[in-house]
Amino acid sequence: MHVPDGFLDAPTSIATAVVAAGAVAAALRGARHDLDDRTAPMAGLVAVFVFAGQMINFPVGAGTSGHLLGGALAAVLVGPWLATLSITVVLLVQAFLFADGGVTALGTNVLLMAVVGVWVGYGVFRLFRRPFPQRLSSVGVAAAMGAFVSVPVAAAAFTGLFAVGGQAPIPVGSVLTAMVWVHLLIGIGEALITALVVGSVVAVRPDLVHGARPLLTTRELEIREDVRA
Amino acid sequence: MTTKRFAIVGVLLALLVAGVLSFYASKSPDGLQHVAETKGFSQTETQHSTANGPLAGYEAKGVSSPHLSKGLAGVVGVGVTGLVMGGLVLVLRRQASSPADPPHHDDDR
Repeated sequence: MHVPDGFLDAPTSIATAVVAAGAVAAALRGARHDLDDRTAPMAGLVAVFVFAGQMINFPVGAGTSGHLLGGALAAVLVGPWLATLSITVVLLVQAFLFADGGVTALGTNVLLMAVVGVWVGYGVFRLFRRPFPQRLSSVGVAAAMGAFVSVPVAAAAFTGLFAVGGQAPIPVGSVLTAMVWVHLLIGIGEALITALVVGSVVAVRPDLVHGARPLLTTRELEIREDVRA
Repeated sequence: MTTKRFAIVGVLLALLVAGVLSFYASKSPDGLQHVAETKGFSQTETQHSTANGPLAGYEAKGVSSPHLSKGLAGVVGVGVTGLVMGGLVLVLRRQASSPADPPHHDDDR
């Protein structure tokens, strides 16, 4: 999903950079309230883990591969503000150190993965968390739904940018179909990895999972009532 | 499991994935590259300004073993990502706890 230099024209790249910068600035303010002794080490771990996870391309169909985007995973673990910052840091390191994703396309990549990927993933997670049984085991399932949806949505968002500023005259409809199809498949991988990682952390330390906190609060209240009785 | 122990296990897992397992990842083009090739806009890609860096393409320059080259790149990436994110978190926490924090912000709780 890392957009290289040259795919999009300069005005589009500048526009996405401005939007991405605004989103990161908002995340810098929003994240300050989310940071405590539990979320601070988690934010570092999430960034490191998403970087590592993105090195693992898994095959999807013939001659194509995909890798974790990590937006929903990060958002469920540390909340959407810190997730936006974590994924942005990963993208910065990848662009400057590894030439993975263009430097002029950095704003585009932050917008697609750290903003669209994170917030769509988190939104769908919140949506699916409600109807499921209010148990800790539901957190991983809802996270997987968020992960699955976030990938083709990010792919569609890229196609939207390509329609505006693509550097080759190709019918947008055919690009959209191809992008969404292949990223639906990648989304399955994204969902599996996200369910595995979120499920593991929930099993070991549910209090470290941002998306599991509401469930823990009710549990803690029950315990206090028991003590009083 | 204590938070410290959890963090150590997490970092070790990330190092294992980036430093060892990454070598066995699929080398096929990713979804976007594949679409760019089949739809015919892959040629619009331009040379990256960072393409000549010592770790460009997740390969440590000058390391002849492909296993070591990729593994080293992965380990350095994990280290740098952790340092940058850790530094950012430290700065943000200092700002949040600082009494000099401007009190007129609407979002200050």
